[in-house]
Amino acid sequence: MSLLELEGVGKKFGGLTALSDFNLSLAPGELVGLIGPNGAGKTTVFNLITGVYKPTEGRIVFNGKDITGLRPDLITRCGIARTFQNIRLFGSLSVLENVLVANHLRLRSNPLEAVIRWGRYGAEGREMVAYSQSLLEAVGLAHLAQEQASSLPYGQQRRLEIVRALATKPKLLLLDEPAAGMNPAEARELMDFIRQIRKDFDLTILLIEHHMRVVMGICERILVLDYGLTIAEGSPAEIQKNQKVVTAYLGVETGA
Amino acid sequence: MGRIALQPPGFYSTVAKAYRKQPNRWGLLLTGGVILSLVLFIYWAGGHFNPYQVRILNLIGINIGLGLSLNLINGFTGQFSLGHAGFMAVGAYTTTLLMMPPAIKQMNFFMMPLVSPLDQIQLPFLAALLLGGLLSALMGVLIGAPVLRLRGDYLAIATLGFSEIIRIVITNIRSVTNGALGLKGIPAYTNLWWSWGFALLTIFVMTRLIHSSYGRAFKAIREDEIAAEAMGIGLSRHKMLAFTLAAFLAGIGGGFQASLLTTIEPNMFRFTLTFEILLMVVLGGMGSITGTVIAATIVTILKEVLRGVEAPMNLGFISLPGIPGMRMVIFSLLLILVVLFYREGIMGQRELSWERLLGQKDSSPERGVEI
Ligand SMILES: Nc1ncnc2c1ncn2[C@@H]1O[C@H](COP(=O)(O)OP(=O)(O)OP(=O)(O)O)[C@@H](O)[C@H]1O
Ligand SMILES: [Mg+2]
Repeated sequence: MSLLELEGVGKKFGGLTALSDFNLSLAPGELVGLIGPNGAGKTTVFNLITGVYKPTEGRIVFNGKDITGLRPDLITRCGIARTFQNIRLFGSLSVLENVLVANHLRLRSNPLEAVIRWGRYGAEGREMVAYSQSLLEAVGLAHLAQEQASSLPYGQQRRLEIVRALATKPKLLLLDEPAAGMNPAEARELMDFIRQIRKDFDLTILLIEHHMRVVMGICERILVLDYGLTIAEGSPAEIQKNQKVVTAYLGVETGA
Repeated sequence: MGRIALQPPGFYSTVAKAYRKQPNRWGLLLTGGVILSLVLFIYWAGGHFNPYQVRILNLIGINIGLGLSLNLINGFTGQFSLGHAGFMAVGAYTTTLLMMPPAIKQMNFFMMPLVSPLDQIQLPFLAALLLGGLLSALMGVLIGAPVLRLRGDYLAIATLGFSEIIRIVITNIRSVTNGALGLKGIPAYTNLWWSWGFALLTIFVMTRLIHSSYGRAFKAIREDEIAAEAMGIGLSRHKMLAFTLAAFLAGIGGGFQASLLTTIEPNMFRFTLTFEILLMVVLGGMGSITGTVIAATIVTILKEVLRGVEAPMNLGFISLPGIPGMRMVIFSLLLILVVLFYREGIMGQRELSWERLLGQKDSSPERGVEI
């Protein structure tokens, strides 16, 4: 059974069709790439899956549950987490606090228990801090735990955003251009990191990426969007040979 | 980069111990000392200060509570509310009507009798206060539920409107509120114990709340609503929580003020009242508890000091008539100056802590976070 299923999903913004008849099926554990030129509709796919936008048509099923049009926070609770193309950290909070915020959805104590530090809140709070700290340690950000998130260098902000998403304990992780603005060495390191977290956290990953080398190197399957239409789907090798893709996209960026 | 793996449970508690913010023994001792000194001071002040000075001290205590409650929604949660005068009016009138002795009610309502059963009810001060706070919180729910769903500045507009509507309603339902005549002879229960108890309790609740997981959720909403929602934080639920608690505290503060001034009338609860509290929040720093405490003290005292500018002045060669509203002009200018040149306010989003005051570094990783 597939983990995520998009059936004929479309999105119009007024007269503009950002995405039409989009179909996608992700098997558990897959790492799938989503590529396409600027404005092709890639981020729109993420916004539709995570409930930021409501689809104008079609259906989205996650883990056997219809999540079409569900509120974003409830979709995250179902097990979908994401990062943003333009980094959206909680800038004035510390690195640790950013990760802690992503634990809040599992908190069962009510506000009164939290204020008087009573009953289960103590245990829940400790567990939250420990889990966040162990995540930071694992990705090599622990020494920055008390720094203000906005003060981190760009590459580390990207990494923190991924860690924050992981702290929600997702089954499906959506990464929107995680290597944007990185040099080749940093991008390679990031790819190792993504492979690693996929394995260690049993994740299914959908990845939007501009760096061709990155996508081709890491994804098992790739979907290509152009003007909101799916113009190709297949293995990296197939995509590289596909004539439509070459003209629409790779033609310009054969650097790969 | 290290291998990432979910660790066995024992590992977590070890890490938790290492990174949890250890309660600072000296800090606790010092805080205890300050509270004790405050208690002794209040005890002492009751006998040695004149009624005018005591009144100002009372106002400072109440204003700390009011400022903190407005900071919770405006500063910490990032939702701009301008309805505090309205919530205070609800609290002030409810508390007054519930605790005023029937005989005094009869004297107040000489034009039109007070509706029953309000004319017979007389509750203890604390019960009346809490009910005032609850009714104010209920108003908060009624305005917040539709408005807090919307993004943007609708809350400011809606709460401003609400506040004016409350004032007009109070002016007009004369059989309940005595209309523009107001209510006089309110029992003066508010004393330094009550007002500073309110201040300390509010400081305590706010500090604990802000440093809890809920407080982090509030701040996450302030920083970036879309990201907060993507982390599984229900926006309306958390905004409602902050807004309702703020309304509750504002209602209680209104009740205290009514019993301090012993007279209330609808025009006390104009927008200028909200503005004064907003000035405390902005001057102290949006998102700083200690900042609000400091600014509430400064603004309250300043308001008394500036009383002189509204009185008629005789400069020897020329005598100026009093200019009512002059303090408001000065406060407005002050707010403009703060916003233009000193946007962070006194504290920004920082807090005064014992470590900071004693010159210790308070950001070492070992200190971690409070849970
Ligand atoms: N909220 C919106 N309102 C109106 N138009 C939008 C909105 N969001 C996206 N669009 C439009 O939809 C189209 C697809 O946008 P989208 O952000 O999905 O592209 P993308 O493939 O992610 O591009 P990029 O590589 O630049 O990130 C674009 O033409 C964009 O202008
Ligand atoms: Mg995009």
